[in-house]
Amino acid sequence: MDINSLRILTTVLSFVVFIGIMVWVWQRRNTSDFKDAANLPFKDE
Amino acid sequence: MQDLNASSNTYSDGVIRQFSIMAVVWGVVGMLMGVIIAAQLVWPELNLGLPWTSFGRLRPLHTNAVIFAFGGCTLFATSYYVVQRTCQTKLFMPKLATFTFWAWQLVIVSAAISLPLGFTQGKEYAELEWPIDLLIAVTWICYAIVFFGTVGIRKVKHIYVANWFFGAFIITVALLHIVNSAAMPAGFMKSYSAYAGVQDAMVQWWYGHNAVGFFLTAGFLGIMYYFVPKQAGRPVYSYSLSIVHFWALIFTYMWAGPHHLHYTALPDWTQSLGMAFSLVLLAPSWGGMINGIMTMSGAWHKLRTDPILRFLIVSLSFYGMSTFEGPMMAIKTVNSLSHYTDWTVGHVHSGALGWVGLVSMGAIYYMIPRLFGQKQMYSIKAIELHFWLATIGIVLYIAALWISGVMEGLMWRAINADGTLTYTFVESVKAKTPYYITRMVGGLLYLSGMSIMLWNVIKTATSGKAAINAIPAVTAHA
Repeated sequence: MDINSLRILTTVLSFVVFIGIMVWVWQRRNTSDFKDAANLPFKDE
Repeated sequence: MQDLNASSNTYSDGVIRQFSIMAVVWGVVGMLMGVIIAAQLVWPELNLGLPWTSFGRLRPLHTNAVIFAFGGCTLFATSYYVVQRTCQTKLFMPKLATFTFWAWQLVIVSAAISLPLGFTQGKEYAELEWPIDLLIAVTWICYAIVFFGTVGIRKVKHIYVANWFFGAFIITVALLHIVNSAAMPAGFMKSYSAYAGVQDAMVQWWYGHNAVGFFLTAGFLGIMYYFVPKQAGRPVYSYSLSIVHFWALIFTYMWAGPHHLHYTALPDWTQSLGMAFSLVLLAPSWGGMINGIMTMSGAWHKLRTDPILRFLIVSLSFYGMSTFEGPMMAIKTVNSLSHYTDWTVGHVHSGALGWVGLVSMGAIYYMIPRLFGQKQMYSIKAIELHFWLATIGIVLYIAALWISGVMEGLMWRAINADGTLTYTFVESVKAKTPYYITRMVGGLLYLSGMSIMLWNVIKTATSGKAAINAIPAVTAHA
């Protein structure tokens, strides 16, 4: 494969992955997990 | 389980005590070097006419001392502190962690000796010669083993966001350092870069800007995501935003380096790409800043009484300010005015003194009493005084260099009707004198605040004793 096609593919894939992360983060079913995670610094008190 | 061996149920805090104290000591040393070279810019005779004390050798000593000695020790201390407490386990291979302490101090001392002697690779923020570079690489790999090993033996399911930032900082700095320091040795303490021409420049600023992005930003954001919630007594404003903040930063920062090479031999498209990604960076930077500041929502009144919290929150304001200024300066037309002027130096210091400095001080003030079995720092009034000295110092420093930078940029580009230059270069140098004095006074205030901190830390440490902090019994996690 041409090196430039590989570069384009990597860039586009990275963008798609980032959009995927955004979608995953703001799914409603993850909110309670994130709430637990946000409280991790207070678990040792 | 009843454990007879108490040390297996306590945090490995010894190495954190060592790094925290040395962070403050190197902070004073590095900032003193800064004040000395600021004074040399006003009164050049202060270089004493000696090669070892000339500006060209002391300037890299200043930058290395504040970034890698003060900033580095702070990052080692806070990351070891945070990773244990959010993973609810002691450090993985504590002896290796102790090795990272002594090896890092050896790196710092080697820098303090070799830079005044004139040994340099000539790359900004990567001046140290190849034998020291090798020691840095070994130390850093050991650091990675300790940090990721600790994450690996965590007792909780989730890896807290601060550890993601610390982890990205450790991996990226290893990559940057090894690639940019690649060189052919030509004897002991002499080498030639593995790259040539504009490629060498691009590798250097890929390194240079990501040193800012990962050493001075990602690592300190790790500090922010732990110490701001702890000191404010409430969890981070939005955990979802912190995840997006992390990945947005990771995906964009790597591309911003070319903005250091606008209007040079670097291909035009690369410059434009660097500028575009620098502009995009505004979004994650401000997302993170808002996330940190909004953590205070409902607890704003604490700022009135708690000087440590004030350090942390004001640092975020400076972070917001310098991450707005940075993208603006990366725009090519703005850069044509600002580049090579004092504006750049002012911008760097609003980030370094304002963001990195204040957030480090806040975190160290948080940790020191807890590491030495004290309820609070020896003197709260002294923290208060430190805060105001530092803040006024920063404002004087950056305001002076804004004026002097824009002024000299305008003087350099001014032309007469017949096309000749209106000002000679030396006229622009002469016009900067009052601003250089103001900047030196700002730096002096900042240094005096740091010296008060050193006194306060010594007092707290000597009136307490090494604390043994127990790891809490792991509660059930889903």
